[in-house]
Amino acid sequence: MKFLPLLWSNLKRRKLRTLLTLLSILVAFMLFGFIAAIKQALVGGLAIAGADRLIVRHKVSLIISLPGSYQQTIDKIPGVAGSAHETWFGGIYQDPRNFFPQTAVVPEEILAAYPEIVLSPQQKQAWLNTRTGAVAGRKTAQRFGWKIGDKIPITTAIWTKADGSQLWEFDLVGIFDGREKAVDTTALMFRYDYFDEGRRYDKGHVGWYIIRVRDPSQAVAISKRIDDEFANSPAETKTEPEGAFAQSFAKQIGNIGLIAQGILGAVFFTILLVAGNTVAQSVRERTGELGVLKAIGFTNVQVLGQVLAEACALSVLGGVLGLGLSWLIISRGDPTGGLLPMYYFPAKDLLTGLGISLALGVAAGILPALQAMRLRVADALRRM
Amino acid sequence: MSQNQSNNGTLVAVDGVGKVFHRGAEDIHVLAGLSLQVPNGQFLALMGPSGSGKTTLLNLIGGLDRPTTGSVQVGGERIDELSDRQLAHWRARHVGFIFQLYNLMPGLNAERNVELPLLLTHLSKAGRAEHVRTALAIVGLTHRAKHYPRTLSGGEQQRVGIARAIVTDPTLLLCDEPTGDLDRKAGDEILDLLQALNREHGKTIIMVTHDPHASARAARTLHLDKGQLRGEEEK
Repeated sequence: MKFLPLLWSNLKRRKLRTLLTLLSILVAFMLFGFIAAIKQALVGGLAIAGADRLIVRHKVSLIISLPGSYQQTIDKIPGVAGSAHETWFGGIYQDPRNFFPQTAVVPEEILAAYPEIVLSPQQKQAWLNTRTGAVAGRKTAQRFGWKIGDKIPITTAIWTKADGSQLWEFDLVGIFDGREKAVDTTALMFRYDYFDEGRRYDKGHVGWYIIRVRDPSQAVAISKRIDDEFANSPAETKTEPEGAFAQSFAKQIGNIGLIAQGILGAVFFTILLVAGNTVAQSVRERTGELGVLKAIGFTNVQVLGQVLAEACALSVLGGVLGLGLSWLIISRGDPTGGLLPMYYFPAKDLLTGLGISLALGVAAGILPALQAMRLRVADALRRM
Repeated sequence: MSQNQSNNGTLVAVDGVGKVFHRGAEDIHVLAGLSLQVPNGQFLALMGPSGSGKTTLLNLIGGLDRPTTGSVQVGGERIDELSDRQLAHWRARHVGFIFQLYNLMPGLNAERNVELPLLLTHLSKAGRAEHVRTALAIVGLTHRAKHYPRTLSGGEQQRVGIARAIVTDPTLLLCDEPTGDLDRKAGDEILDLLQALNREHGKTIIMVTHDPHASARAARTLHLDKGQLRGEEEK
């Protein structure tokens, strides 16, 4: 602590240069924050994907439905603990920009398959009692100001009703939360029986199945058994762990992790050069002063520590400000209006960012610090 | 340091010291077999033309550099045999340096500059503040404690430099052209101060200068030329 005034005096020595370096580090860490939030939004499902859940979809494409009769067959396969199904609705609420996922489900089945969905017993009962009932995730309910009892009109170009209408109305009977932050609470789920009865075509079909297995270590074998069961049928299946399903979903727009790492790698390498140059220039400019410090008794290691501390202070300050600002902006919510439902800055990425800021300081400062450490006092004093 | 110096009264003993600098393929012999002794409490001036080896000798005595040959003892301790780390600790405890260009940290005010050597001690904040106050009082700059170097005159900056040199109460003060960058009046004030530190506080002072007016203040003057002692005057 007693060395802080010395450290601070060196940082403010060239105020503009320090400020510009600080800003470049700040911007880099803001970018880190945004990319972490986008990555979380796109592949966050992987983190909460249950190890005991499998997804069964049509072998050709996710958008091709499967017969509802498959469920009985699947339930009889050894190792299967239970099943549920979902059907994509793809409707529009008021404006096409108001995107949020909507699916037709069987309430008891879906709540059993996803224990991370938290719905009060009263609301669950109301859902079971109301054929037109729907439950919405907290985020979507808050986004549109929905309250229990509201009628939610949704139009869809996919599912025309038997009477030719494309407008579906649901009664909001419940609002669910997630057991943890990474759980998507943007969905609207309504009853499959109401949906199936009302639609004009594809009756008796479902979008995909969610299978719970008794022993996750048997997931691969059970997947094979399911797919074998429907091999050579008109609707062959592809069964995979939920994590892989979420990953393949995310991969439709590329390998997010690799893209994020690539961008951040380039950004941080550039910032490393900027910060390293700032520290090196600073050390060069005050060679004589470093000589004075050594003359009055600072050891080589103390001088090394002083230069490294300056580099780390600059980097960590820029990192904290950048991460803090991005956190503030990200906390305001999904900027796409619903396309990135799990858009938030994960705590582990925040900590990683802080770690990177410290590592950046060490990497940027180590060469100038070693140079300062090796300075011979008499030579340094001549350069005052 | 005290045991040895009290036994024979010699604080600094330079014995057969040679110093060679290498510049490319060329060897430059700056000092050649130089010997001298400085008694404890003496005010010694080292005079000589540029390149005579004055500053190099001062650096060797202050442990800022090592001799190529010979030995340097200060207070009975062979400082040329100390490691870099030991030498740094030794300098912090026993030597105060005063430079021609003051060499203050521009981003620190006067009291922070004076405090620098104390950061290497175990003194508390209050203890350090007390020492700083005393050092600034001795050089007559208590009222300028909060001023930054750029707002001080040359003479005042050198006083801050002197306060920084004496704040740890070292036995030996090494001054490299302390008045070289000052006008006559300010230079005289600095010399008065150095004399007072020598006479009233018992500091041993070795001062490099090429100014006869400055060397006249010293009790003894040694003349160097081409790396060797050429003459001596004692008052």
